[in-house]
Amino acid sequence: MSMFSKTTILLTILALYMGACTSKKEAEDAAKQSPTPSEIAANQPEVHGMEVKSIELSTPLNKEWVTVGKAAYDLKCLACHKLTDEKLVGPGWAGVTKRREPVWIMNMITNVEMMLEKDPEAQKLLEQCLVRMPNQNLTQEDARKIIEFMRSNDGVK
Amino acid sequence: MKYARFLFYTLTSISLLSMIMTLVFGCKPHNPVSAVEGDAAQKVYVAPGKYDEFYNIVSGGFNGQVSVYGIPSGRLLRIIPVFSQFPENGWGFSEETKPMLNTSHGFVPWDDAHHIALSTTNGEHDGRWAFVNGNNTPRIARINLSTFRTEEIIEIPNSSGNHSSPFLTENTEYAVAGTRFSYPMDDDNSNPDVSISTYKQNFKGTVSFIGINPETGHMGVSFQVMLPGVNFDLSRGGRGPSHDWFFFSCYNTEQANTLLEVNASQKDKDFIMAVNWKKCEEYAKAGMGKKSKVRYAHNVYDDKVHSATSTIETETIVLDPKELKDIVYFMPCPKSPHGCDVDPSGEYICGSGKLAAVIPVFSFSKIQKAIAEKNYEGDFDGIPVLKYDAVLHGEVKKPGLGPLHTEFDGKGFAYTSFFVSSEIVKWNIEKLEVVDRVPTYYSIGHLCIPGGPTRKPWGKYVIAYNKITKDRYLPTGPELTQSAQLYDISGDKMKLLLDFPTTGEPHYAEAIPANLITPKSVKFFKIEDNQHPYVSKGEKEAKVFREGNKVHVNMTSIRSHFVPDNIEGIKMGDEVYFHVTNLEQDWDVPHGFAVKGANNAEILIMPGETCTLKWVPDRVGVFPIYCTDFCSALHQEMQGYVRVSPRGSGVPLSFGTGNKVEPTGTTK
Repeated sequence: MSMFSKTTILLTILALYMGACTSKKEAEDAAKQSPTPSEIAANQPEVHGMEVKSIELSTPLNKEWVTVGKAAYDLKCLACHKLTDEKLVGPGWAGVTKRREPVWIMNMITNVEMMLEKDPEAQKLLEQCLVRMPNQNLTQEDARKIIEFMRSNDGVK
Repeated sequence: MKYARFLFYTLTSISLLSMIMTLVFGCKPHNPVSAVEGDAAQKVYVAPGKYDEFYNIVSGGFNGQVSVYGIPSGRLLRIIPVFSQFPENGWGFSEETKPMLNTSHGFVPWDDAHHIALSTTNGEHDGRWAFVNGNNTPRIARINLSTFRTEEIIEIPNSSGNHSSPFLTENTEYAVAGTRFSYPMDDDNSNPDVSISTYKQNFKGTVSFIGINPETGHMGVSFQVMLPGVNFDLSRGGRGPSHDWFFFSCYNTEQANTLLEVNASQKDKDFIMAVNWKKCEEYAKAGMGKKSKVRYAHNVYDDKVHSATSTIETETIVLDPKELKDIVYFMPCPKSPHGCDVDPSGEYICGSGKLAAVIPVFSFSKIQKAIAEKNYEGDFDGIPVLKYDAVLHGEVKKPGLGPLHTEFDGKGFAYTSFFVSSEIVKWNIEKLEVVDRVPTYYSIGHLCIPGGPTRKPWGKYVIAYNKITKDRYLPTGPELTQSAQLYDISGDKMKLLLDFPTTGEPHYAEAIPANLITPKSVKFFKIEDNQHPYVSKGEKEAKVFREGNKVHVNMTSIRSHFVPDNIEGIKMGDEVYFHVTNLEQDWDVPHGFAVKGANNAEILIMPGETCTLKWVPDRVGVFPIYCTDFCSALHQEMQGYVRVSPRGSGVPLSFGTGNKVEPTGTTK
């Protein structure tokens, strides 16, 4: 008998033995008692973003939204994103509304965890930047106004 | 032959080993290993990614902090700095938190934290606040259970050795404080220069009632009761029928001032003191107390400005039970009582005489009857002493040696810890009969049942906080971790499940179901709500400005850079204040900040918060600053430099990050 198969048998016996010690059902029962982190997170009062399916855009731009969007940018986005095409921590914003669908931008802002997990384009950006885009806890309303500011930055009137 | 010799050696060494084992472990109560049953591991196993069922909020004793464990796993979740400086996050080192440790004696960066009291509404846990006492420089702290931070610390005037504290009335109307160490108090309540041997003539004790605002939790000293000089040890508020009353254990009624070990163990009975706090409140409001000129610090942390203020208060109201006859009564209690615990119904008060052979259980209804009938056996310094037999429900006979504390399971049973015989004893409150006992390893102090001191105990477990660790863990030199033990009390018999190490020296602890706290747990501070005077809301607001020799750096941090990260124009003789705002708005993304050579700790800044580190440069040169909390893949790049020039140098104040290094003026 080869060394390999001896080891395999030994491991199998060991595994069977350990399996007998802690039954699966008991472990599952124990697991049921306490809430999971995601259950607890779901009960948190703060906004974590919802998957957005569509956004309506119109011209001329809503001037008030542009102003509010700019203020949100100064507070929560400017540290990483320039308004030119120069990359700082994340990509520059020049031309972003032409490169990306508005729903894509909206989801990156309000639901970045989901995007980094599922969206290939978002994953490509993470490979380039190597810093996970922070969830800055902006509401959809805030994000919509930031998109208006991005459009203004891209020359839309 | 060779084989025979081997067998001989083996047998000899086995018997030698067993002899040694007997010598080492023979004096221990039981064999620790055999006490654990087969299914214990499953009962304490919390799978990866799963949560514990209870928070265990545990006093840290001589570390001056509070620690938080998960139950049943015994995992350490957090250490909350309270009375002691904590370099790990800058508590007591940052400009914002230094005022929290201010007292009438100035900055006191340590205390001895003994007892936890979780806030209750109608006698049941409400998950809002945890209170903890400082025994050494008398203080009470309030911790907010949504941020797990100390929000308020109040110093107790006319006090010394704040041990019987910070226990609460049923609706968290008041926290109490009592003097373990009576001391000389003259007519002005100052501490005069008299001989220590004049204890009986000059020394006095007080118990204080600290009012708690039901909305904000803010504390204030509402009134104090002046009492004869004895040691007030532990206390509990009444509940249900005894709602208006508070009970304190008293030892050293011998009034000894030296070798208390012997001299305070002379009498067969000391006292449990019953205080009618509702009456006291009424008299204080009616102006029947004496105003006492005092000095005590009241420190409040506000998480909108992320800063604390310290105010020195100067007056309290003192009530005299010799004049106000119906507020205080003594009940004889054998012998040097420690614990003084009220059962969930509010009818029974259990005294634990450290040197007594019985556990006396007092009946609240009998106490009321004895008071109404003036059934006194005499008085102690002008305060009536009720007759023992008239107020006694009964005694638990021969329960064990050295009873200390009692908790309740809400099913009619009490659980008392015994230090000397090193065990927990379960007994029936009505019948006064012992029904079960388990050994603890070794010499238990306090014990905790989730909800044990409330009207509605959650039961399920009892946790022993042992005073002696010895051989329970891998040895770590002369100083050992403190040992806690978890027992299952869901069945008739208590079963040992787990040992877990604890930090500091835990005294009392409480446990509360996780679901009363987790939904309210704050994940970050909203940057929009930050009202810190030196906040930078966005990198555009970051700046450096000079006010005389003070240089303020309003700085931002976000993964993975500071703005500014290059600063020049600091001069010898300057005091530099780094006000760092963390711009992140996501859970668990703190940034740290440290500067080389600072006579200070780091600061750890939570998302949306502003913290200030003060640095007084001691030499000319260029000094690095950096983020101390691994925040991202580019954390190692999160750094910068500060240039310090000689006094009187012409280098202008300038700052920046990236390409823009802008000159700045000399004013804000």
